Amino acid sequence: MDYDVIIIGAGMSGLAAGIRLAYFGKRVCILEKHYAFGGLNSYYRLDGRDFDVGLHAVTNFVGPGVRGTPLPKLLRQLRMSRNDFDLQPQVFSEIRFPGVSLRFTNDLNDLIADVAEKFPAEADRFRKLCEHVRDFDDVVLLSDYQSTRETLKEFLHEPMLIEMLLCPIMYYGSAEEHDMDFLQFVIIFKSLYCEGFARPRDGVRKIIKALVKKFRSCGGELRMQTAVERLDVADDRVTSVAIGGGETLTCSTVLSSAGYVETMRFCEDGPTVPADEVGRVSFVETIAVLDKLPQQLGHEAAIVFFNDCETFTYAMPEVPVDLRSGVVCCPSNYEGHDDMPEGLLRMTWLANSGVWMADGEEAYRQRKIDYLSEFKTQARRYVADFDEHFVVSDMFTPRTIQRFTGRVNGAVYGSPRKRRDGRTHLKNLFLCGTDQGYLGIIGALLSGITIANMHVLAEE
Amino acid sequence: MGDQRIKNIILEIISVVAPDAEITDVKADVRLRDQLDLDSMDFLDIVMELRKRYKIEIPKEEYPELATLDSCAAYLGPKLAAVPA
Repeated sequence: MDYDVIIIGAGMSGLAAGIRLAYFGKRVCILEKHYAFGGLNSYYRLDGRDFDVGLHAVTNFVGPGVRGTPLPKLLRQLRMSRNDFDLQPQVFSEIRFPGVSLRFTNDLNDLIADVAEKFPAEADRFRKLCEHVRDFDDVVLLSDYQSTRETLKEFLHEPMLIEMLLCPIMYYGSAEEHDMDFLQFVIIFKSLYCEGFARPRDGVRKIIKALVKKFRSCGGELRMQTAVERLDVADDRVTSVAIGGGETLTCSTVLSSAGYVETMRFCEDGPTVPADEVGRVSFVETIAVLDKLPQQLGHEAAIVFFNDCETFTYAMPEVPVDLRSGVVCCPSNYEGHDDMPEGLLRMTWLANSGVWMADGEEAYRQRKIDYLSEFKTQARRYVADFDEHFVVSDMFTPRTIQRFTGRVNGAVYGSPRKRRDGRTHLKNLFLCGTDQGYLGIIGALLSGITIANMHVLAEE
Repeated sequence: MGDQRIKNIILEIISVVAPDAEITDVKADVRLRDQLDLDSMDFLDIVMELRKRYKIEIPKEEYPELATLDSCAAYLGPKLAAVPA
């Protein structure tokens, strides 16, 4: 078969790129190796219950009438409406460090006020930082690396405030350990603190199903359980895409959301990727079903980012799981979610992917059980004593992520080096999604749109 | 094709590209960007919709010709002449 564009991966960015291209009459085929859509943000059913993978919160949420931010931009570009995503805003979230916590909402002024209360000496300096972030050009495609930690030190004097601000930002999108590029910091700062969190009542499946429906209605073709085996290359171009069963597809352009390292491994002539460009940041997440909603047990925050010491370490730990910090998500703590039939509690920790990958089946199962008891201990500390309300749980690990998404090391945020213009060593192969560099669900959608616009639609 | 018809086509396209834009009171001699909330992505889409619907090609360097409704009518008139009324 011959196509104008082949897209690797039916996640957020691949689907968004596909919608744009199919809408404007391109012959597009999306290849997805899994039997489920969504990639890093997917969903599944287990024993009659629906679970999400990935999505804690849709970041970049803004209310109706707000213009010029990523969410309204991408709705326009996809010719979709707010109702298609059914986004319900959070009430509040928290950052908890020893002896101090900060509360934030979908209104930056609430965070500014809370910083002024908890760190009075920092109030003006934090306001200046917010202005700097607001005025920072975050749509440039090429820029020099700038250390976030160094930059924050120029604005803020209280080390713990820096750590507290970084904790949610790194957890929700840093592929880099310890520090991050300030440009990336700005993008995530805006998406979390200036814009905010929301969630569809049915979880991420609402968004994915709407995207798939739109893609198909535009005439796009989706091939599930179809893994790319090889990209054939001649004269600096992809000439064909080999998939299983000896079948070969041809196309003018390939967009890959598989990740940079992963995409290079498809190429016959793929360059060797330096070790420091391979992502290492991965997570373990426990999902617990409760017979009560967390808010009925007194826990009302949508998301809690916790850290039990004054400095926050964001890196792949030596141990299987770093229990010092984590994220607790309560899906029912969004507006309009209080009629959920059961409570859900999700807790995410930084994990050592190597340890989880190396286990034999039995050791792997046992390790999951061990960490379930850690989960209960931490949930008692940061949520509520819910032991008597515990129904059932499930857990995903770096190994789960690698198996279902093909991400090396289960690195959900991909390579620490982003390629914002999407270009690769081949003239008709472009990256979209995580390794292009716009993160979060809205960011991923915008990534697909941007790359499709820049390298296919605007090129004609 | 008459000027008014072309202007209506453009307004209709804007209502698809930017359904949240208020297009009931657009002034024909004022830049669209100055009275509607349209960014460069939206402008690319206006061009793309014209190509999709009427098979007309607009080179990048001629995008400024689409600045106002009046200039759209003047610029697109000859290009749309072949399209049945």
